[in-house]
Amino acid sequence: MRITTTVDGTSYTDDVEPRMLLVQYLREKLGKVGTVVGCDTSNCGACTVHMDGQSVKSCSVLAVQADGREITTIEGLSADGQLHPVQQAFHDSHALQCGFCTPGMIMQAVDLLKENPDPDEEEIRAGLEGNLCRCTGYQNIVRAVRAAADKMQPSAAPEAETSREPVGASMPSEVAQS
Amino acid sequence: MIPAAFDYVVPATVDDAVRELHDAGDEAKVLAGGQSLLPVLRMRLAAPSKIVDIGRITELRGVRDAGDHIVIGATTPHHEVQHNQLVREHALLLALATETVADPQVRHLGTFGGALAHADPAGDLLAPALALDCTFVVAGMDGRHEVPASEFFVDYFTTALRPGELLLEVRVPKYTGWRAHYEKFNRVAQAWSICGVAAAVRVDNGTIAEARVGLTNMSSVPVRARGVEEALVGQQASPEVIKAAAARAVDGTLPTADGNADAEYREHLAKVLTERAVTAACS
Repeated sequence: MRITTTVDGTSYTDDVEPRMLLVQYLREKLGKVGTVVGCDTSNCGACTVHMDGQSVKSCSVLAVQADGREITTIEGLSADGQLHPVQQAFHDSHALQCGFCTPGMIMQAVDLLKENPDPDEEEIRAGLEGNLCRCTGYQNIVRAVRAAADKMQPSAAPEAETSREPVGASMPSEVAQS
Repeated sequence: MIPAAFDYVVPATVDDAVRELHDAGDEAKVLAGGQSLLPVLRMRLAAPSKIVDIGRITELRGVRDAGDHIVIGATTPHHEVQHNQLVREHALLLALATETVADPQVRHLGTFGGALAHADPAGDLLAPALALDCTFVVAGMDGRHEVPASEFFVDYFTTALRPGELLLEVRVPKYTGWRAHYEKFNRVAQAWSICGVAAAVRVDNGTIAEARVGLTNMSSVPVRARGVEEALVGQQASPEVIKAAAARAVDGTLPTADGNADAEYREHLAKVLTERAVTAACS
């Protein structure tokens, strides 16, 4: 079946088998190997990407389901050589050990901050419940997400990801000042 | 793993979808969000020859007000159900249970109707749908008909849907002003309920005027805890009353033993979680 998707800002048209998984399509057809396959059972979240601006586990989506949709992977997050604030925060907070869960953690953290720009620790942990880190690195991951939230206040640098609704845009001003 | 090969069709209308399902007989599987189906296909626990993707049929998605009830379209994603104002106002229990389904990524794609039609006894939406007396609207080649929740769930992963039939929407009576709580016990890394309790109450001046309680994973199908409901109605919402009522949570259950819990432990959980759920709902 022929599908057309926009991945990290570029439009692609390909013939795919209906059974091809989105993560397979991204890695094997498009070479977007920044998105990794972790558990292959939809538990771990390492393969998280955004589809039409919402986080999904790309090992549990058929490529044909993505026809006509916009995909953002970890490779499309930075802009103009600048890391996305969440990527930078993971770097600064040393929020990884082996790094395998990191692409999915970052993509889910971006989704979480879009929905809740000022999360407390409990909300961050709940927002990342679908992402597993087997190095037990959660402490610094939570710290990084919180640090990114501070950086991404509306007064800070503009959001890098070109989503329809930029992160922080809908944040009430009283939250923004806290 | 990669799923076995299948034919894939994307009907644009309910009629087209029903025709595709009818033509394939029991060889077809319906794909809504795919969050239960894809893992099953990948593990090759199922290898249907045809997948009918109903995810692009716009009339199946969304929540609407229909007077004395609300209607939730079968392909409405969990994320939409949990945040929908109509659901939160008139069927809070469904919103609260939906919040506990899987994780954010799965809730973005997984659908309300898909989870109910999948009928996993550990799924969190079955017990609330039963407790709230929902009605399931089903389409087949011979037209549309309604199935009450009490008849929809037949056995493990088995519903009243026959081959060639499609779940269109779920009608939920309005429980405006009721309070609710969904309490579940699960492994941290896996959101399936080992046991779960769905409780909705209408409290009038400190007295429990009406109560609905449903149990998750205490049988092959969701169980309505009528003994608990009877013990609550007309009583003050006191800790003693709730504890005594919760003791009846295992009436009519037939819990299984599996790697997570044996039957006796599930019975213990049902009582403890019922007490917590009703307490939280009343407070």
